[in-house]
Formats: sequence, C-alpha cells, structure tokens
Amino acid sequence: MAKAPQYDTIVVGGGPAGLTAAMYAARARLRALLITKSGMGGQAATTLTIDNYPGFPQGTTGPELGRAIAAQAERFGAQIARDEVLELDLQGEPKTVRTKKLGTLSTRTIILAPGTQPRTLNVPGEGRLRGRGVSYCATCDADLYSDEEVAVIGNGDAAVEEGLYLTRFAKRVWLVVVHEEGTLDATPVIRERAFANERMGFIWNSVLEEIVGDEVVEEIILGNIATGEKQRLPVAGVFIFIGATPQTEFLAQQIELNQSGYIVTGQDMSTSVPGVFAAGDACQKYLRQVVTAAADGAVAAVAAEKFVREEEWLETVFSAPGALLVVCWSPAVRESYQAVYAAEQAAQNTGTRVVKLDLYRHRQLAGRLQVDKPPAILVVQDGTIAARLCGDFTADGVMESLRSVQERNEQCLPIERKEVNLDATSRQEQL
Amino acid sequence: MQPVDKNNFEQEVLGSRQPVLVDFWSPNCEKCIKLMPALQELEQRYHDKIKFVKVDVSKNRRLAIAQKVRNLPAIHLYRNGERVDAVNDQVTGEAVESTIKQVLH
Ligand SMILES: Cc1cc2nc3c(=O)[nH]c(=O)nc-3n(C[C@H](O)[C@H](O)[C@H](O)COP(=O)(O)OP(=O)(O)OC[C@H]3O[C@@H](n4cnc5c(N)ncnc54)[C@H](O)[C@@H]3O)c2cc1C
Repeated sequence: MAKAPQYDTIVVGGGPAGLTAAMYAARARLRALLITKSGMGGQAATTLTIDNYPGFPQGTTGPELGRAIAAQAERFGAQIARDEVLELDLQGEPKTVRTKKLGTLSTRTIILAPGTQPRTLNVPGEGRLRGRGVSYCATCDADLYSDEEVAVIGNGDAAVEEGLYLTRFAKRVWLVVVHEEGTLDATPVIRERAFANERMGFIWNSVLEEIVGDEVVEEIILGNIATGEKQRLPVAGVFIFIGATPQTEFLAQQIELNQSGYIVTGQDMSTSVPGVFAAGDACQKYLRQVVTAAADGAVAAVAAEKFVREEEWLETVFSAPGALLVVCWSPAVRESYQAVYAAEQAAQNTGTRVVKLDLYRHRQLAGRLQVDKPPAILVVQDGTIAARLCGDFTADGVMESLRSVQERNEQCLPIERKEVNLDATSRQEQL
Repeated sequence: MQPVDKNNFEQEVLGSRQPVLVDFWSPNCEKCIKLMPALQELEQRYHDKIKFVKVDVSKNRRLAIAQKVRNLPAIHLYRNGERVDAVNDQVTGEAVESTIKQVLH
C-alpha cells in the first residue's frame, strides 16, 4: 500500500471561502489543513463594514467575520497554518502541495480558495508611489489622511463604499468616475449614500492618467474623456478600486482557468482535475461576495468529503484478497435490480463477498471503475478487476464467470497483485 | 516593542545611538496587526543590534505625515537621526528582515 496521505483535504486560502470550506470539512471529520499567506478573512478583512452578510442586522466588520469563521473551523478540528502555497503536484497519487515553510505535504483532495488581488491601473507613477500615497486598502491607511484631500478611482460598490469610509477621516474625497454626470456602477443604496455625503466630491467623465510626486503622492492628472482636457488635482492619497484579478498564477497549466485566469468549476465546485475543488472569488462566477464565497466553500467541502469517502471505499474493496463481486446499479435503472439479485444469489451460493455500488450517487466512481452505465458486475480477484459482466444477468451466468476467473487464476500465472491501480485493471480482458 | 509618540520620537529615534526600526501602525489597520507577531520575532533576534519601536498613527498622525508615511503598515529604519531605509509596500516579515540585514551591513 502507498503511504496514506497526511491530510484528507488541504485548503489554500484563508478568506471566507477557504475558512468555510475548512469548517465544513473538519465538521465532516476530514483531516483538514488550511494554509493562508495573509491573515484570517482574506480580502474581506481589508474592508471594515460588511453590511450585507445575512444574520448581522447591524452589519459586521470584515476582520471580525474572518476571526469568527476561523474560530468556528478550529472548534471542529481544522488546522490553520500561516504559510504560502507555491506549487501543486496533481498528477501523482497522493497529490502534494509544496509550501514555503512547511515543505511538501500530501493530501487526498485540495480545495483552492486563493481569492483575488486588487487590479492595478498601470498608469505612470502608480508602481513607484505604491506605499507612498497610492493605496488599495482604505481601512489600512485612512488614519493617515485625516483633514487631507484624497482621490478614489472607480465607481463600483467597493470603490464607493471605501470612499464613504474615507470621508470619516479625509476632509474631501474625490470620486473619479468615467461615466457621465450622475451615473455610478454602485448599487442604488450605496449611490444614494454617496450623493448625500457632503464630503464626497465627484469628477465625472474622467480617468486617471498619471500620479505625480517626488517622494510621496502630491497630485494626480486626470483626463476628461468628453473634452480631452487634462486636470491636475492636488491630493495626499489615491485609492484605487477598479476590480480584481484572480491569484491563480500558481495554478496555470495545472487546472483549467478561463481567459481572465478564473478557475472553471462544475456545480459541485469540482475543477478539471478529479479531487481538486475550488471556491470563492477566484472562480468564474456571477457574484463575488462574502456570502457566495462562503456558500462555495460549503459546496466544495461536501464534494471533497464525498471524494475522500469514495477513495476510501475503493481502497478497502481493492485491498481485500480473494474473489469479490461489485455490482453497479442505480435506483433509476430497472434492469439493474436483476443484476443485484443475480449477484447476491451467486455470491450466496459460492460464498463470495458482494458489494453494491449505487452509480447514481457515485458517478465519480463510475468513471474510476470505467463502467459506462448500470447495470454491470465486476469480478474482482485479489484486488484487480478480472472480469466485467454485462447484458442479461442470471445467478448461473455470474457463477460461471466467477468459476472461470478462479480457474484461470489457478492455471495461469497468478494475476499480478496490484495496489489500487485502476488504469492497470482496465487492460484486463473483457468476458 | 516600545511605543513612541510625538513627544519622544526625537529623543528615542532620531537621537538614538543604535539604529532604530519604527513600525508605523494603527489599531484600525488589520494588516498592521497581522504583521506584529513577525516583528516581535525579529525583535527577539536583532534586539542587540537594532532598537525596535512602534508609533500609533491614529494618535500621532502629524508625526507620521512628517516622516513621509503614507500607507500602513510602514517600517522605517533610522540611523544617526536619518531615515536610511523603508518598507512601504508588500510589508512582510521576510521583507523587513532583508531590509534589516542590508542596513546592518
Ligand atoms: C474593498 C472591498 C470591499 C468589499 N466589501 C464587501 C461587502 O461589503 N460585502 C461582501 O459580501 N463582500 C465584499 N467584498 C468582497 C469580498 O471581500 C470577497 O467576495 C471575499 O473576500 C472573497 O472571499 P475568498 O475567500 O474567495 O477570497 P479572499 O477573501 O480574497 O481570500 C483569499 C485568501 O487566500 C490567500 N492566498 C492566495 N493565494 C495563496 C497561496 N498561494 N498560498 C496561501 N494563501 C493564499 C490570500 O492571501 C487571501 O487571504 C469587498 C471586497 C473589497 C476589495
């Protein structure tokens, strides 16, 4: 037997998606490790007010929510480590995760929740003055701008909300908006709050062209897209909220990403690689919020649990010596009842073990056992599939196959005793 | 890490014989709070060569602005009353340590 993996699941990322996945996984008694390079709560922890997470009538804060989910996950036994995942090896069995500090860890499944990072505009001055007045985090830096003027670039929910937060400190917050007067991408509730706030100023039809400053930000240059005019605006800080890019570089060539780098998942949050799941903002999806990130995390963890249980099932079935009948059936396929009956009869008459596999509930396993559709009966001899039966099932037919498999086993060289290696079994001759 | 404010910054930082590492932080800044354990670890390792202090920016904003702090957390290193290096962006324990090593060289 190959060495058992150290973990049932390793979760990459400590935002709402990863933390929720770790919580669900640990609660399902999986040995779960969460690895995150920044603190608990991910991006959500960089924003102070979370007004729209259900269950908090007065709203909550990102850091508080992050800490609370982490505590909940740890209560169920999840381990949480501060580290960075550098690389995955998804080809081998078990899968491995290479980290900066903890070395290489082995696991049955992986749940990817690396989230996004703020998108940069790449205008002159932005890179050079980053950390010197160019900011992507209002709650981090707001204290420094009391009684100053600052600019916020962007006009979606995050931009306007963070701008509103900054008005508690700065004496003037200029929102630089690419749209014509009166139009913001932010939802109406947020838009109205912005228009009602006396410290908010709006610069319409404009884009940021350059950030100027010797050692720190001194002013910005805006371009008016309607008139082509340039405008210089003296500000002490520039806050940029123009969306996000997924932190999925370390996954390229490993799992399927869409053109923008987001992870492509199925409904059960499975990725293009079996046993690898994804959750949260890093996935291709319609709405990127804390509530949907948490929901993805729950789905991914339940799907990962199912995968782990199926792997364990396969291992027990294929590690047992002697003969065994695996009958693949489905409650939706009537003919499969006959197969179950025939297999059970044959098993009883010959003293062979029989296990039933509901392919409707375990589609993943159908693939691994290379059974297209139920019904089918597999004759397993010493851990390898010695025969695949299909067609009309009778107890006699099944017993006949069992006998011939066993005779062959006695006459010929013994069938190689393999570990759970399903590839090898597929090459067995079909009866 | 010793807290320093606008009243003793001059004496504790600019007037220090040893090089000084200043952590500009704020209780509102989650990233700053997350960074602290790493800084404390560095302090244990380097305290005989560098003095570690912290400035709460929410109470000493003018001082921070005068020291050209524009984003948090910001780690500034001073020697002989002058700022010799700083980590302003992507501030991690590792980034701070490599800056410390450069300054000590
Ligand atoms: C300014 C702002 C305001 C917002 N306001 C709201 C709001 O009011 N309500 C709301 O519902 N949503 C809000 N959101 C959106 C919300 O923050 C996100 O939808 C949510 O955080 C996504 O969670 P996540 O777990 O998918 O990813 P993230 O929160 O981004 O977390 C991902 C984590 O993974 C870590 N990570 C990435 N790569 C690795 C690696 N290789 N190794 C180890 N760790 C790694 C990251 O460091 C990070 O901690 C806001 C977002 C922003 C930016």
